[in-house]
Amino acid sequence: MRHGRRQLGLISAVIVPASIPVSAQSTLAQPHAISAASAAPQDNGNWEMPGKNYASTRFSAMRQITPANVRKLGLAFTFSTATTHGYEAPPLVVGGTMYLITPFPNYLYALDLTKRGAPTKWVFKPKPVAASQGVACCDVVNRGAVYDKGRIFFNTLDGQTFAVDAGSGKMIWRTRLGNIQKGETITMAPLVAAGKVLVGNAGGEMGVRGWIAALDEGSGKIAWKAFNTGPDRDVLIGPRFKPPYPSDRGRDLGVKTWPPEAWKIGGATVWGWISYDPKLGLIYYGTSNPGPWNPDQRPGDNKWSTGVFARDVNTGQAVWYYQSSPHDLFDHDDINEIILADIPWGNSRRPVMLRPARNGYFYVQDRRTGQVLSATPYGYINSSRGVDLRSGRLIPVAEKEPKQGRVTRNICPAAPGAKDWNPAAFSPATGLVYIPHLNLCMDEGALEANYIAGTPYVGADVKMYAGPGGNRGVFTAWDPVRRRKVFEIKEDLPLWSPALATAGGVVFYGTMDGWFKAIDATNGRLLWRFKTGSGIIGQPISYRGPDGRQYIAVVAGVGGWAGAIVSGKLDPRDPTAALGFVNAVKDLPKKTTAGGMLYVFALPR
Amino acid sequence: MSSRFRVSCIAIGVAALALTACDREERHNRAKPLGETVPAGESPDTIYPGSGVPPPLDARAAMYDNNAPAIAQGQWLYTQMNCVGCHSHGGGGMGPPLMDDEWRYGGRIDQIAATIAEGRPNGMPAWRGKLTQDQIWQLAAYVRSLSGQPSKDAVSSRPDEMSGPEPETLTAREPQKQSDAAEQ
Repeated sequence: MRHGRRQLGLISAVIVPASIPVSAQSTLAQPHAISAASAAPQDNGNWEMPGKNYASTRFSAMRQITPANVRKLGLAFTFSTATTHGYEAPPLVVGGTMYLITPFPNYLYALDLTKRGAPTKWVFKPKPVAASQGVACCDVVNRGAVYDKGRIFFNTLDGQTFAVDAGSGKMIWRTRLGNIQKGETITMAPLVAAGKVLVGNAGGEMGVRGWIAALDEGSGKIAWKAFNTGPDRDVLIGPRFKPPYPSDRGRDLGVKTWPPEAWKIGGATVWGWISYDPKLGLIYYGTSNPGPWNPDQRPGDNKWSTGVFARDVNTGQAVWYYQSSPHDLFDHDDINEIILADIPWGNSRRPVMLRPARNGYFYVQDRRTGQVLSATPYGYINSSRGVDLRSGRLIPVAEKEPKQGRVTRNICPAAPGAKDWNPAAFSPATGLVYIPHLNLCMDEGALEANYIAGTPYVGADVKMYAGPGGNRGVFTAWDPVRRRKVFEIKEDLPLWSPALATAGGVVFYGTMDGWFKAIDATNGRLLWRFKTGSGIIGQPISYRGPDGRQYIAVVAGVGGWAGAIVSGKLDPRDPTAALGFVNAVKDLPKKTTAGGMLYVFALPR
Repeated sequence: MSSRFRVSCIAIGVAALALTACDREERHNRAKPLGETVPAGESPDTIYPGSGVPPPLDARAAMYDNNAPAIAQGQWLYTQMNCVGCHSHGGGGMGPPLMDDEWRYGGRIDQIAATIAEGRPNGMPAWRGKLTQDQIWQLAAYVRSLSGQPSKDAVSSRPDEMSGPEPETLTAREPQKQSDAAEQ
């Protein structure tokens, strides 16, 4: 016992104690944020889509595992994915079957949870083109598959969407959407909503033109496709479009806010997350950075990059748009998860979205109109002074603007932002958002980028390093109503794994040196941890097994942009390697090795 | 407070400011160059059936290896053709590192030129028809300099980039495997 306690005392993470929340002046039964009811139905014990539900809460209502018993959590079974690249996807669980989608070559495994040791039922190999690995900016990752109506849908690195029968593993349809010759890949997890499979491209570092497409769920045929740059007719901007702020109003801004023709190679891809409000019939997604990174080559706001679109799921028509970083200076893609919640507002509740954005602000926006209700820093920022709530615009700091031909130093947050793609979890039980994120700053030397189709279009030499305090990762519990952090855990390495919240009051996340951690949802106290074989950047999930017990599953497999130094065997002597991330994680190869292994945990019977 | 005292205070303040403002990386452009001889690797990394001997080095190698203008031209092309976007300044990213001792497709200058011209199946683009043979060999000569292979008087003592690794005059020569080094 003594030994165990001493071990916990030696852990490198530091917990900063919480200030006690003041009770809100509200007559509502629960004075904190709750999940959007229409988008987060009752938990059925499965995990059918990466965000858990359309509200993207990543919250499991199971409560067998609690702060009192989590220390007894033990390994139930493991499975090797036969891949050694960054594993960012969550496992899916539907009934008695678990589905795993791997990084390139994008194998889809089905494991039988009803049998001891979870043997493989089948494996589907989509055989993506090997050359696609050469145009994937940040490791050859895949962010997940999705289940709907007896089928599994997923994307392949070479730009295809597949529908596979969940029972037999046989392909039902496939549709080619991306072209690797132009630098397009697909790494995102699709979302299935209203009979449509929603898919977007990646390649913001390759001078592609960003789009989102809706495929008919039954046939795979394109129902609509909306570009995120170019004339209004391509962007599907019509009479329904009512952006909340004046700078987004006007004809063909997707052309006029760029130098001539630059919108054709301007990025604004869709490689992150999509949420859906069935009641409003709207999907929400963010767009990536504009290309190239060198901002001097693209004067203007660069619509519709680095912003959030609300679109009609049936027609694709844009309903509103908000730009978090007009004329993006720092590669601050706006593709992070969008959590749909209802927050106390006067004596009722207001339908909002919660967005811990890459530029360092935690946005609370009305999801009907896009209006920004608050934008509060949740990490260290010196590159902007805040968000003007009247104009909606980010207020930049002039001396932090990268200029061609010079090095701009100490820009915080760095290119991957205060937080990158790895989603936060929201617990309607505590009303808190659990944010795994980064504390990195950078030096950036901008230079003129040449556009050659199928090659990188970046124009920047970047070098990242730890931000103030020296810790490169932070785990923050954020109260979106009171707009402040409740606790934070400083992590030595950048946090690149998503979070999982559970009704039992335990929150899970992983670190890049392979620790899978369970913390108390109310105060951040470390309750349990397990060392996996490789760094964790995958999404943990919680599900009800065929035996009725609660299981926790996560895949360890370091990589992605942050872990490319390990998965791609990059050389730490070059600080600019992997677009400058290598300089911030030179020690990672000493702390972990590449791998791809599923770990599933349960309490003893 | 006397005005002289005030002036000296200001001077000290300015000097202190100036010192703190010099917050740049240390560069050792005039440092002593590294030694150039390293023992060759133990075992070849390619099977050459029959003899075990690799084919002779392409005759063009002599024109480009250790040729300062060719390496400099290759350095310029390396940025202009976006090689840097994938391989960074030798440390790699989307593509593998070029400054270490691992060569997937051979580290001889003619093997590197072949890789650039024909592409490779895991994502290396094929530049034949986009670049001239001369440019491809210039690039190959520069790529070899990233792992310190050319003679130090042939490489640039100043990197083109603003925040990359040490200049190539200070790049240690990575050991070559026998097959890479054959006939060189």
